Amino acid sequence: MTKWLSNLFQPDARPKHREDRRRLLRSAAFAGALVGASLLGFIPIVKRWRVRLRPPGAIEENEFLSACIKCGQCVQVCPVKAIRLADIEDGFGLGVPHIDARVQACDFSCDAVQCILACPTGALSHDLSKKEEVRMGVARLSSPGNCLARRGEGFRGAARGAAFPGLHRYLAVDRWKPVLIAEHPYDVEICDLCVRECPIEGAISLAPVSDDPSDKRRTPVVHKSCVGCGMCEMICPAEPAAITVDSRATWSAGEGRA
Amino acid sequence: MSRFVEGFLVMLGREPEKPTHLTPAARIVVDAQGSREGKARRKKLIAEERESNYRSHFWRNWRWVSIIVVNLLFVLSYRADVQLVEGALTASRFVGFHMADLNSALQVMLAYKHLLINLVIGTGTVLFAWWLLGGRSFCSWVCPYHLLAEIAEMLHLKLAGRGLVSDHTLHRGTRTALYASFVVLALATGYTVFEFISPVGILSRAFIYGASLALIWVLALLLIEIFYSRRFWCRYVCPIGLTYGFVGAFSPVKVVYNLEPCLHEGKCRQVCMVPHVLSMTRIGYADDVKIDIGADCTRCGMCVEVCPTKALSFDIKGLNKLL
Repeated sequence: MTKWLSNLFQPDARPKHREDRRRLLRSAAFAGALVGASLLGFIPIVKRWRVRLRPPGAIEENEFLSACIKCGQCVQVCPVKAIRLADIEDGFGLGVPHIDARVQACDFSCDAVQCILACPTGALSHDLSKKEEVRMGVARLSSPGNCLARRGEGFRGAARGAAFPGLHRYLAVDRWKPVLIAEHPYDVEICDLCVRECPIEGAISLAPVSDDPSDKRRTPVVHKSCVGCGMCEMICPAEPAAITVDSRATWSAGEGRA
Repeated sequence: MSRFVEGFLVMLGREPEKPTHLTPAARIVVDAQGSREGKARRKKLIAEERESNYRSHFWRNWRWVSIIVVNLLFVLSYRADVQLVEGALTASRFVGFHMADLNSALQVMLAYKHLLINLVIGTGTVLFAWWLLGGRSFCSWVCPYHLLAEIAEMLHLKLAGRGLVSDHTLHRGTRTALYASFVVLALATGYTVFEFISPVGILSRAFIYGASLALIWVLALLLIEIFYSRRFWCRYVCPIGLTYGFVGAFSPVKVVYNLEPCLHEGKCRQVCMVPHVLSMTRIGYADDVKIDIGADCTRCGMCVEVCPTKALSFDIKGLNKLL
């Protein structure tokens, strides 16, 4: 063993040893490169490139990334196809599920949080049994100037335009089948779509902006029961959305989030 | 050292050694083969064999069917709502039963440091299944990267035949070192570090859920295999292969070597992805008349179909006793 090693590092070693040495250096270089490549996955995590909205029941972010086995079973059971798997830009989050609420929010069409039941590793915590217990983030009126209700305006037509592919379960249309939002036009005097389509009881309401009864302007107020599903963000007809979800945010008492 | 331990160490990177002791039965065969008549007979048989140009792709064809069907089942289960195997190769549900890829499950357990009942059930089921089916048979009968790598290997051999590229081998211990590194990294960082570069997970998810940028990494690996190092990933890197290799060490499904008909031409070692497991086919390397091929064997059957004298064959240990 020691002889082999010393031969390996002698400059005038025999051709066999020279080839052995070259192979060993090559092996070390490739091993180093592969470990290095795998560690690149740290960059998006450390730099916090993305704060993703995770599916219902997701445990603490770092634990979520390690517990997830990247199989996409949650993707497969979602009736509105809200869940997507991340690409290499998410580093160690490659293959980990997330939701882009503006594109397709989770509207709890499945009632029983199917993604949680599908998760084989507990990355989506099985401790939850109903949608009211979910905590994905908190909705916030991020662009108040865009809010139609705050301008006292109503809304007519398809919430996100005729070409929008997003789905939503309208209880009045079909209890079991989510339908295209584009095929479900609205006609409201004061825009209240975020309140109307919120799947959680009492999570959001409209409040008058002044004491004047003739003032039609209203402002959405988010309440503590908000689970951060992002339905309001998806349905908001303003562009960009007046209301968005702060992923992973938690409710802090006394904070006027609306 | 027992042959079992030897096979295990060879899988981890040790060079196979020439045996010092032969069994009496092996001694008789070796002496007969080494005698003047034996040598003349071998020469004649090799000449006849070269004449006949024997060729078969029986096992390869079945393997390719298996890889395509299994991966297609995953895709159709989601895309066409067949719901037979839901999930990806890393973890899935087969008609409702949890299944988890052993290496992915290991990474998750090391990183997350919790044992979850569903994952334990899934890992146990898969462990049993691949123990029964031959361990690294996962590689050659299911893994989608293996199929792409086989095509890359064909290109490599074609180019090498024309002298355009040459194979740059690595030390086989590289895989063991990387395996240990990824275990330590998962434990230390709390992330499933290996999954970030696993072409198996990337490919499986791409088939099922649609193309991703991560496929560029898979392409890069294939280019290394075509132009620089034959079967680079499967031979010297893949921790998944090693995990299944550990299981395969104990599996009843084996390729068995028969010394007596062997002409020691080495055709098997030329086609084999892990030729170190076939060291006993070299003259003077077999210490018995019948030898089980070691743990690293992927049960791909290439050696079985290329051997003109049927010195290599599939065997299921204990099945003969059972029947």
